Amino acid sequence: MKAAVITFPGSNCDRDLAVAFERIGAEVVRVWHKDAELPKGIDIVGIPGGFSFGDYLRCGAIAAQSPVAAAVKDFAGKGGYVIGICNGFQILTETGLLPGALLRNAGLKYVCKALDLRVETADSAFTSGWHKGSLVRIPIAHHDGNYTIDDEGLKRLKDEDRIAFTYADNPNGATADIAGVLSANRRVLGMMPHPERMAEPEHGGTDGSVLFRSLAATMALA
Amino acid sequence: MKARVHVMLKDGVLDPQGEAVRHALGTLGFSGVEAVRQGKVIELDLAATDRAAAEAEVARMCEKLLANTVIEKYTVEIG
Repeated sequence: MKAAVITFPGSNCDRDLAVAFERIGAEVVRVWHKDAELPKGIDIVGIPGGFSFGDYLRCGAIAAQSPVAAAVKDFAGKGGYVIGICNGFQILTETGLLPGALLRNAGLKYVCKALDLRVETADSAFTSGWHKGSLVRIPIAHHDGNYTIDDEGLKRLKDEDRIAFTYADNPNGATADIAGVLSANRRVLGMMPHPERMAEPEHGGTDGSVLFRSLAATMALA
Repeated sequence: MKARVHVMLKDGVLDPQGEAVRHALGTLGFSGVEAVRQGKVIELDLAATDRAAAEAEVARMCEKLLANTVIEKYTVEIG
């Protein structure tokens, strides 16, 4: 398994994400935002958390126009796997690869804590290691995680079983408690919580590692 | 030529910041503020001299970057 992890100016979870991929035996290639092409032979692209371009204009808006974003869109369009975590999720909605948008938390505060998520579907390469309905403990750390989507879009997500995770106790006002969503082909995942920050015993828990192990299992079968 | 872009959240999209401002105004004694919506203004200096062309160009900028049309609406003023 070969993973590309992108770094934008202001990314700050890129190394953590790279380590999480390495822990499952993946070869990790670090990619700079100005690179117009992704490395050859990669199985998945990771878009990390942080504050790309200082969150100027809107979170993720500038990163979504960077040269590497065009390459990620192309990769996803060909059926490639992509995971965007936190700012990565914001970037994926700004590129249009995932529906909806992330607005300022309803409570207006930056929220940084571990909380319970409900796995809403096990039908994806990212969540196959869990059962639908599993409760998992994974931290969030964001100011703009209030997932917003119109009624029609929400219905589509529900009908197509594309809500990956919901919050057991909604911390940010997100529509339908949504913490993470999948693309129509189920190969692009965006999520506000940080599985890479709960992936080793020293992190205080390992629930997040299930996501990376699920990916490894899928890639091994491919 | 100057262009001014107003970007606002679409009607129906909850604006927590606007709501906080409304609450703060109430605390300061400004009664009767029934709603506050907060947006942004972006000013552009353009080399273009043709008004219609500039307006069309700025609209394209809005669609591509300046606004997120999933949640935001925009208006463009030229001149």
